[in-house]
Amino acid sequence: MAEAHPVGFQWVMEAKKRGAKVFHVDPRFTRTSALADTYLPIRAGTDIALLGGVVRYILDNELDFREYVLAYTNAANIVSERFADTEDLDGLFSGYNPDTGSYDHASWQYEGQEDNAKVRGTGKERDSASGLEHESHGEPVPAQAPRDETLQHPRCVYQILKRHFSRYTPEMVARVCGIPEEKFLELARAWTENSGRERTGALVYSVGWTQHSVGVQYIRTGSIIQTLLGNMGRPGGGILALRGHASIQGSTDIPTLFNLLPGYLPMPHHADHPTFDRWVDSIRHPGQKGFWGNSRAFAASLLKAYWGDAATPENDFCYGYMPRMTGDHGTYQQVLNMIDGKVKGYFLLGQNPAVGSAHGRAQRLGMANLDWLVVRDLFMIESATFWKNGPEVATGEIVPEECRTEVFFLPAASHVEKEGTFTQTQRLLQWREKAVDPPGDARSELWFFYHLGRVLREKLAGSTERRDRALLDLAWDYPTHGPHAEPSAEAVLKEINGYEVATGRPLNAFGEARDDGSTAIGCWIYSGVYADGVNQAARRRSRHEQDWVAAEWGWAWPANRRTLYNRASADPEGRPWSERKKYVWWDPDAGEWTGYDVPDFEKTKPPSYRPPEGASGPAALAGDDPFVMQGDGKAWLYAPSGVLDGPLPTHYEPAESPMRNPLYGQQANPTRKIYEHPINRMNPSPPEPHSQVFPYVFTVSRLTEHHTAGGMSRTVPRLAELQPEMFVEVSPELAGEVGLAHLGWAHLISGRAVIEARVLVTDRLTPLRVDGRIIHQVWLPYHFGTEGLVTGDSANDLFGITLDPNVLIQESKVGTCDIRPGRRPTGPPLLDLVGDYQRRAGMTPDRKIPLVTTDAAGGDDAAGSTDEQSPAAHQDGEPHA
Amino acid sequence: MGLKTFIQGWPVYRQLTGTDPLGRGAAAQSARSAALTARTETADGMARSVCPYCAVGCGQRVFHSDGKVTQIEGDPDSPISRGRLCPKGSASKSLVTSPLRQTKVRYRRPYATEWEDLDLDVALDMIADRILAARAETWEDVDDEGRPLNRTLGISSLGGATLDNEENYLIKKLFTAMGALQIENQARI
Repeated sequence: MAEAHPVGFQWVMEAKKRGAKVFHVDPRFTRTSALADTYLPIRAGTDIALLGGVVRYILDNELDFREYVLAYTNAANIVSERFADTEDLDGLFSGYNPDTGSYDHASWQYEGQEDNAKVRGTGKERDSASGLEHESHGEPVPAQAPRDETLQHPRCVYQILKRHFSRYTPEMVARVCGIPEEKFLELARAWTENSGRERTGALVYSVGWTQHSVGVQYIRTGSIIQTLLGNMGRPGGGILALRGHASIQGSTDIPTLFNLLPGYLPMPHHADHPTFDRWVDSIRHPGQKGFWGNSRAFAASLLKAYWGDAATPENDFCYGYMPRMTGDHGTYQQVLNMIDGKVKGYFLLGQNPAVGSAHGRAQRLGMANLDWLVVRDLFMIESATFWKNGPEVATGEIVPEECRTEVFFLPAASHVEKEGTFTQTQRLLQWREKAVDPPGDARSELWFFYHLGRVLREKLAGSTERRDRALLDLAWDYPTHGPHAEPSAEAVLKEINGYEVATGRPLNAFGEARDDGSTAIGCWIYSGVYADGVNQAARRRSRHEQDWVAAEWGWAWPANRRTLYNRASADPEGRPWSERKKYVWWDPDAGEWTGYDVPDFEKTKPPSYRPPEGASGPAALAGDDPFVMQGDGKAWLYAPSGVLDGPLPTHYEPAESPMRNPLYGQQANPTRKIYEHPINRMNPSPPEPHSQVFPYVFTVSRLTEHHTAGGMSRTVPRLAELQPEMFVEVSPELAGEVGLAHLGWAHLISGRAVIEARVLVTDRLTPLRVDGRIIHQVWLPYHFGTEGLVTGDSANDLFGITLDPNVLIQESKVGTCDIRPGRRPTGPPLLDLVGDYQRRAGMTPDRKIPLVTTDAAGGDDAAGSTDEQSPAAHQDGEPHA
Repeated sequence: MGLKTFIQGWPVYRQLTGTDPLGRGAAAQSARSAALTARTETADGMARSVCPYCAVGCGQRVFHSDGKVTQIEGDPDSPISRGRLCPKGSASKSLVTSPLRQTKVRYRRPYATEWEDLDLDVALDMIADRILAARAETWEDVDDEGRPLNRTLGISSLGGATLDNEENYLIKKLFTAMGALQIENQARI
């Protein structure tokens, strides 16, 4: 955090000054470690084993915040007797279908509900990364689940959790992660001692956690700990994701993602959502508890914002215009399709996949096989010059005179040359004022897309093609100003906020959304950002003039709420758990919830409220159900639905690992998304032979002085000077073993690429003793490429493409490699070197990656799966039945 | 210069007699420092902005004169950053004024070995033509069972996460209306 989010880290230091103990877990000792009380080195890719150890420590010593756990979680819920755990099935859960590499969730349900839940195979959910829909709400679950408030029933969630994590002992943590037992116990003791009624502890992660084939389950494990300890919805608690880009939260909320629409509404799927009603019901789940009951109004209002006057209740608000998903259309699938010649044109908007995405060579070869490419950026980045300066030009794989891709480079406006909002990592929108005009041809994306739409519509005017109706009927009338006819960002923000169609009055909250076409809302969760006709994101009341919650600085979604689920900061009766930790509470005299923050609860629903029989929607949530966006108002220790790779987290080895999984016969995540494309050869891992060809573990992260793919830092003189060169950091022990000299050169080889780097020998990396052997890890920054003031080979070239099944994010924080002294070969001999390693490792083009490595697969529940095809069979995103 | 002025100009004298006994401020100031004016004071204007690098969201004050950015500083009012910026945030002025910034449209013809110039309007028009051609060539109306698809898989997009919410909103809206489904973002990566 001190390295990649230095200014945010000041708050950790403030906490430390007030007595907080700071623990830092990282494969490499960094500036964060230097300022922490305790540093725990870890083998990259083993965080679930560490956190699972903490879960076991809590449960074994009964250190959970029992009152909170009983009242606010599903600990007491009883699970189906058909459920079988990884402890029973050698690393698989019940319901696994080896043909599809995915789970049927029927046996994971609560008792008596195996048949009414969404009981189908989940290959389709994986392909559409449906896990992302849960950013703002949980999966549906039936309202009435059987419970045992004594937590003694052998199939209640609490007992299942206990059995599931029983083998995650301090010895096992040491064996898997390489963390000494005493250090692990120090962490577990401090965490639990600092949680409960009087105290809260925070878990902070950087989003490298998401870049694993089990990334979602890392975060699930953290949430189990924080829920057991009563640290959710309370001040000083929580799980805090340190996201890496100025508006990456905004890019998910108002997504430019293939599977989502604004506000986490799903992009329609051709088979599941043929009609507006089917689409809406898949979101709101009729009869369901909770706040999604009103999603018909959110959906109708979005389509109304898109298609304006043309969208009417009679024509289902132009739902028929929406494009439909048929499978995986994610960025990695797209790149493989580019290589296969299926994609004509590609837009890169402030993004540099030649350096920033996994498997750089695949990225560049894909771009070299397009009809046309549009790059919009501040600087001439590697993704614009691959045809000229890329590594494949040196190896002869790309010959400029034979490369047909037509490239348009359009300069972009910087953050000070346009106005608009960023959403930072805690959901806070901050409006930026414009300082100066952009230089020359540089324009904002707002300008480019508004005018592109205008030109497209002009060219299509009079078209009678059915496919052009959606463009011609589009509501695309934004006021412009200035010599370049810049569209008004405030007008767009007003549309995002939503307005009453008849009067144009901005809505004050999403509760005003209607499903009859009388409201238009671009992103319902942002409704309120323009409340009272005021740009709330532009508020800048000084921190000196308001309390520590600072509610009048910017605007946070939803409803300017700074801490989500803050009803949980009060006990079931609505009183603060303690005076020290008071935040939001019930005021019986006023008959409403009050506190420092906007209460995350219906304002006048008393703690004593109990829903009448047969209630649905928000009315079905009791006065002591704080997790209001969850289908049952409870925090889930066990997820009966919604997480595709298991109801509980389980340690699996990374897709590329030098080690056999010490816990189960199942080596790696059996539901991970793999692409068996000739360009995407994965290094073998046990139990496959030849894993010793790539004996070392490598991991990558950021330098303080550089930013992601380097386009905004290797181009800036001061930053380039501070970190001028690509390097690999190695321990003295590994340097001795391989013969690497400090400040000399080394090259690293994977089954995809060879890269070179200067050698930095430090004791910030340490060999780890795991499972009776020594594992060496090396560390690389991933910022370098061929353009800019300082250049170097790209670390991401080393990675192959394997994705988390829930969100389709790549595993790019851990892989295996070999490392050798000296510089890499250049030209065609470089390809020969990779080819040599591939041969030695048995990485033939026809090799099948073994998803299942235990004989325990199968069971009754697998047979009933409705998933028809193997994951490799729908690689190309073509329709499948 | 008289003796009195000479003695009073001596920092130790000022330190002993003035309001700055520790000699860290006014007492140590030279005539040259006293004559300096911060460029933030003479700026034409100041925009309240936000750092474009990581997601902490530190407040920035962007000072400008004659249409040029002259200084970028941390915003002391911000409850998030309390006026601080990290090495990257502190270098934001160098970012936006970097001599490496591209300010002209560049165009690479198929099979060409060099860039050439192109007018922005022409580029926009050419891109629109290519979108329409790619759509026409790869359009999918319905699936095998006659269910609507309304899409093209011939167009892809990958956006960075320094795009504004308003920009992402228009991008998604326009691409969705043109049937381009394969719209992705750094948020996937």
